[in-house]
Amino acid sequence: MAPPSSRRSGFSKKAQYSAFTGYLLAGAGVVLGLALLALSLWQPSAFAPVRGVASDVVAPVGTGGAVARSGSQGFLDNIAGYFRAGQQNAALRREVEIARIRLAEADAVTAENRRLKSLLGLKEGETKPVAMARLVGSTATSGRRHAYLSAGANNGVRLGMAVVSERGVVGRVLETGRNSARVLLLTDSESVLPVRRAKDNVIAFAEGRGDGLLRIRLVNLGVNPLKIGDMMVTSGAGGYYRPGVAVAVIAKITPDGGIARLVAEPSATNFVAVEPVFQPAAVAELGAQQAAPGAEPSASPSPTTAAPRSDAAGEE
Amino acid sequence: MERLDHRARSDMYGLRINRAPSPLRAHSVPYVTIMLGSLLPVLFIADVMPLLPSLGFLLLLSWRMVRPGLLPLWAGAPLGAFDDLVSGQPFGSAIMLWSIAMIVIEMIETRFPWRGLWQDWLTVGGMAVTYWFAALLISGASLTPELLAVTLPQAVLSLLLYPLIARMVAGLDRFRLSRARRIN
Repeated sequence: MAPPSSRRSGFSKKAQYSAFTGYLLAGAGVVLGLALLALSLWQPSAFAPVRGVASDVVAPVGTGGAVARSGSQGFLDNIAGYFRAGQQNAALRREVEIARIRLAEADAVTAENRRLKSLLGLKEGETKPVAMARLVGSTATSGRRHAYLSAGANNGVRLGMAVVSERGVVGRVLETGRNSARVLLLTDSESVLPVRRAKDNVIAFAEGRGDGLLRIRLVNLGVNPLKIGDMMVTSGAGGYYRPGVAVAVIAKITPDGGIARLVAEPSATNFVAVEPVFQPAAVAELGAQQAAPGAEPSASPSPTTAAPRSDAAGEE
Repeated sequence: MERLDHRARSDMYGLRINRAPSPLRAHSVPYVTIMLGSLLPVLFIADVMPLLPSLGFLLLLSWRMVRPGLLPLWAGAPLGAFDDLVSGQPFGSAIMLWSIAMIVIEMIETRFPWRGLWQDWLTVGGMAVTYWFAALLISGASLTPELLAVTLPQAVLSLLLYPLIARMVAGLDRFRLSRARRIN
């Protein structure tokens, strides 16, 4: 097809000037974008208020989407359930038998635990969630793995609070708006979480790989004690998360730890709870110690790497 | 005449007598659709990998290709600012990249002024893949081989989606210019 002739400015001074101004403004846009980009890479929280307003607007729309999503998942599960009802029934019956035995064992352990704790004079701290909310959206086009939560500063959600589903840890609050918040998911490649093995105290870090799996890096290197199927739970080091919440299951062993699958997949959750920061005093002290630019709570691994060594030593 | 064929006095934009396009619609549709394209991917929960290419960027390129001269050269900056607010990229990345894209299209069009599906597709495809990689580089995520592997489908999708989106934009353009206003 022939080119449109409208782009030729000819001898018209007005057309020439408007073409020139267009280029000038577009060039200014590039320079402005570069400056803003440099600023937001240097100070990631600089534009949090503006983004908070935007996510407040998006969140109500996302709530409708979230309801539809959980509804349709249930519907599909129902259909799939009919096809595998028989063998699933048998498998479930076997599992229930085993679970009953384990439950009895757990009762015994709980009783013993209570006895020992009362012996030590420890008070069992009940963490009450700050808010219950839905995950209403995520950054589906970006390389970062953030999600939007339908509760914000008005509901008491603050920076750094843990977001957990009924299965385990989902992520941590990164920015808050009035009625929405941005959550850094565990799968984000900048997310680092101190964990330990559920059955003993092998401590490690769970880092997001960016592809939906977590890399488990052991703190004490040597003989790798991890086995496939081991459950990793939060260790409570660093002060953000309460200890003992499920995080991931080891799927593959590597020389320095393992590759783990998430226990609580954000896309499969319906409601999530926002829990207060476990030990605000410890976190505040860390923040004061660090006092460096770019102190986004989880973007830099240094605060968490510095913390667990001292904290873990104190705890265990 | 209308009794024989009710479309006798109308063209693809509707009836021609005492009708005119609505100015509001004619000016707002490109911007609104590009902003909706930025918003739509937010509604998906992507916990494992990016699911969609940047629809807002593809719509911007398609509007630029289907209707050259409709969007001003500087339109990339404000639309990119809106995209940055919801896309999860650091603020400023789309302002910069979308502005560069508008300038680059202008330069390509000056050098190769002919039009055609294959040439447009090549231009848009090349720019979409470059944008995908540049956005990944400046997203703040550490660029691991695993991350590249899971974002590759995004690049392929952005390459393949152009003909579909261009058809959609052509339809939206007919809606934009349809004679909705009645002149009495």
